[in-house]
Amino acid sequence: MAPLLEPNAGFKFDNAKRNQLLSDKGYMVPTATKTGTTIVGLIYKDGVVLGADTRATNGSIVADKNCRKIHYLAPNMYCCGAGTAADTDFTTSMISSQLALHSLNTGRDARVVTAMTMLKQYLFRYQGHIGAALVLGGYDVMGPHLFTIYPHGSTDKLPYVTMGSGSLAAMSVFESSWRPELSREEAVEMVKDAIEAGIFNDLGSGSNVDVCIITKDNVEYIRGYSQPNERVPKEQSYRFAPGTTEFIATAPAATANDAAAMDVS
Amino acid sequence: MAALKPGEVDLGTTIMAVSFDGGVVIGADSRTSTGTYVANRVTDKLTKVDERIYCCRSGSAADTQAVADIVKYHLDLYSAEHGEMPTVKVASSLFQELCYHNKNNLMASIIVAGWDKQNGGSVYEVPLGGSLHKRDFSIAGSGSSYIYGYCDKVFRPNMSKEECIEFVKNSVGLAITRDGSSGGVIRIAVITEDGVERQVVYGNQLPLQYTG
Repeated sequence: MAPLLEPNAGFKFDNAKRNQLLSDKGYMVPTATKTGTTIVGLIYKDGVVLGADTRATNGSIVADKNCRKIHYLAPNMYCCGAGTAADTDFTTSMISSQLALHSLNTGRDARVVTAMTMLKQYLFRYQGHIGAALVLGGYDVMGPHLFTIYPHGSTDKLPYVTMGSGSLAAMSVFESSWRPELSREEAVEMVKDAIEAGIFNDLGSGSNVDVCIITKDNVEYIRGYSQPNERVPKEQSYRFAPGTTEFIATAPAATANDAAAMDVS
Repeated sequence: MAALKPGEVDLGTTIMAVSFDGGVVIGADSRTSTGTYVANRVTDKLTKVDERIYCCRSGSAADTQAVADIVKYHLDLYSAEHGEMPTVKVASSLFQELCYHNKNNLMASIIVAGWDKQNGGSVYEVPLGGSLHKRDFSIAGSGSSYIYGYCDKVFRPNMSKEECIEFVKNSVGLAITRDGSSGGVIRIAVITEDGVERQVVYGNQLPLQYTG
């Protein structure tokens, strides 16, 4: 028996070797879980509304039917993630901790441009290998802000944005109905409509709508704001009556003398 | 040589800059695309790097934004250390330095233009390989191929500010109608000693050309 060893620090390339072996033998190399996604954001009269669907996919399999795609960044900032699920999770949580330290050092709430700059510089450093496509929204001393950040590190500042595989469906909703100075109710409804356009028309997106409303000093995070794919109770019972299957013999019952009765519970 | 990586955001672009006595006029279209999808139809490709120095960005959006941010940082530091504004030549040398030494990893072709009190208005071009050229006027980006002939024909040295603005409007307008990767609005900035004056020509107000 090999003794238990403390794992060495640093990167492990066992999986790279395994993947090479698999591909040499003509097998498919395992893929990362990507979130075929619809994420959106828009600026309205007194703040920002972010929206996301809740489907995570692994190829054509739905890996999670109700996942969170709106990530916490700071008390006044949230960030929707599309692309490689692990990358969006780790990137946002790492930047979140840096922002927490930043605002502790400065004694202020961090600005949205600060978060945007940190994210873009981090993603640019990895030249697109970190597959995080983000919609960043927040409210700071300069007012409401909304950005998109691409995996290669480019950013756009716009009043309404969409990202992910369902972005085209969602953008069609915004392009046809967005106007400046929307009310809160109109804004949330439009975000819901945009995400639902993604849920219904894009195979990579599905399940529920999460929304996050960020205003001057308040955040409202609503999980499952709209649930258009609720499972309804089954219309018939599929339980079979006892005795439906005929049996012709019984096994002898275990006795107390048996050394170790098999656990069949 | 560097090429666009899969999925990278491209500024399939038309940008230009013209110098006149006392300043420069710079212009750009506003389209940003990822493959066949227009990711941003109101992009601002005229990026401020100092009070009186701007750059026009073409190529990869990520690369040109990163380069412009680094140059902006160095120019801020320069002003703080020297107690005076950097010249356009200094700014363009910084761009060249970054673009030349990282030529294998960058897809950035940039026009640097602005005003300084030593030289007045000036235009510099930093194309793909990272060379640096001083120009009376400069065009770049995918849409520029369509307007080389027009620009060479129409450009005259010592044009007035108003003539330069018309020149930029007409040239970028022509490029937008022929280049699929350029479009949206025309953004213009006039940089003089007095300040920076921004203009927008909306898509339905583009100078009328032959449409067939």
